[in-house]
Amino acid sequence: MGERGSRTPSETGSLSAYVPEIAVGSSMVAAVDIIMTIYNLYLFDRDGQLLHYAEWTRKKESGMTREEEAKLMYGMIFSIKSFVTKVSPVDLREGYLTYSTNKYRLNLYETPSRLKFILNTDVNAQGIKELLHQIYTQVYVEYVVYNPLCHLNKPIESELFAAKLDEVVKQSPAYASRPA
Amino acid sequence: MEVVGILTKVVPVDVFHFVELILRRGGGVTCSTYLQKAKPPTSGQGFELGSRMPVYSVYILSKSGGLIYQHDHNIPTVENEKTFSYPLEVKLDVQNRNIVVSYGQRDGIKVGHTLVAVNGIKVTGQQLDDGRDAMEVLADEANYPINLKFARPRLTTNEKIFQASMFYPLYALAVQLSPEQKSSGIEVLEADNFRMNCFQTLQGVKFMVISDTKQSGIDALLHRVYEIYSDYALKNPFYSLEMPIRCELFDEHLKTTLEQAERSGISNV
Repeated sequence: MGERGSRTPSETGSLSAYVPEIAVGSSMVAAVDIIMTIYNLYLFDRDGQLLHYAEWTRKKESGMTREEEAKLMYGMIFSIKSFVTKVSPVDLREGYLTYSTNKYRLNLYETPSRLKFILNTDVNAQGIKELLHQIYTQVYVEYVVYNPLCHLNKPIESELFAAKLDEVVKQSPAYASRPA
Repeated sequence: MEVVGILTKVVPVDVFHFVELILRRGGGVTCSTYLQKAKPPTSGQGFELGSRMPVYSVYILSKSGGLIYQHDHNIPTVENEKTFSYPLEVKLDVQNRNIVVSYGQRDGIKVGHTLVAVNGIKVTGQQLDDGRDAMEVLADEANYPINLKFARPRLTTNEKIFQASMFYPLYALAVQLSPEQKSSGIEVLEADNFRMNCFQTLQGVKFMVISDTKQSGIDALLHRVYEIYSDYALKNPFYSLEMPIRCELFDEHLKTTLEQAERSGISNV
């Protein structure tokens, strides 16, 4: 975590960019269009193993290998969950939580069997809770749980799962491909 | 519904405290009536006092991540009282010198709730106020049917410091794991029934406000808290940076601002 020292300059850097960044090509799009994007998806099992990673758009690599990044992501989610449980003034009911920064939003959906779906979207995305639930019921349960060849505690190797996941995400209203 | 008490006193606090007073006057609660206090009235039942959208608490973290100020404005007490018969259906464990529900969640009594009272006698740690050990009382069949009250545990000061320091690296991790360039840290963290807004100043001091999901205008509130901090803490010649804030004027003004924010929405300058 050598980020600490370099954090403040990047904050002041982004603060000076008060002029909103105009995404290339969005000025070409009609003013009515809202561009929403989905960046990537992580799927963790109950022990923290990364079962699947899918990426649609990614502007910034984290500078680590996929495994390290997955472990860091899982650790962060685990800590956020325990923080939220302690700090919440009333008991929590559903397994959904989300955080937003100024550039992206992370949505976490946790099933009762402690399977975690983490989806990074842009800040304005709506209906992600339903999307994640849909991914769980229509993609994971159908193509992994019901598949006798898929082991539930190993990374998912099924091509069908990956294809179906892609299809469901691309069909959702929150996904829009950025103009080239 | 049986008559459990006589209305002897009208106390205009809020809907739930009012109801509790009536029931308490009746001298004890009969089985399976539970008192759940202070969930902000969102479903328009009965009457609403203004539009209660509470701000629950405020935390301020220093540049190095330590908690320098904490204020609980309005944390609702979640309490459930129920009469049990032998054998006990909820499984209780001793954790952190408290008696905690570990299994057998039911009727509002959730896992993690601590035992607060037995038959009306308060429990501190593992002991009843009259000196008996709580676990022994619970194990003895002769004491049943027994009336137990469970409540969601409040954070102690140490735990708050711990949780706040835990938040600091999470904020930085959000920057590192971002799929977008030049992302800031966590600005809003939202779960089912609360939302936490975080504002980081140029210096690295973080202001966090935990409020209800429906409360709007928290950004303005955070900026206002920052103003109050710079006016009454930073300009205080006896206050040193990064130290816990112990300035009276700061406390006063913060409380006034929070109350104003709750009552009239964030319309203060």
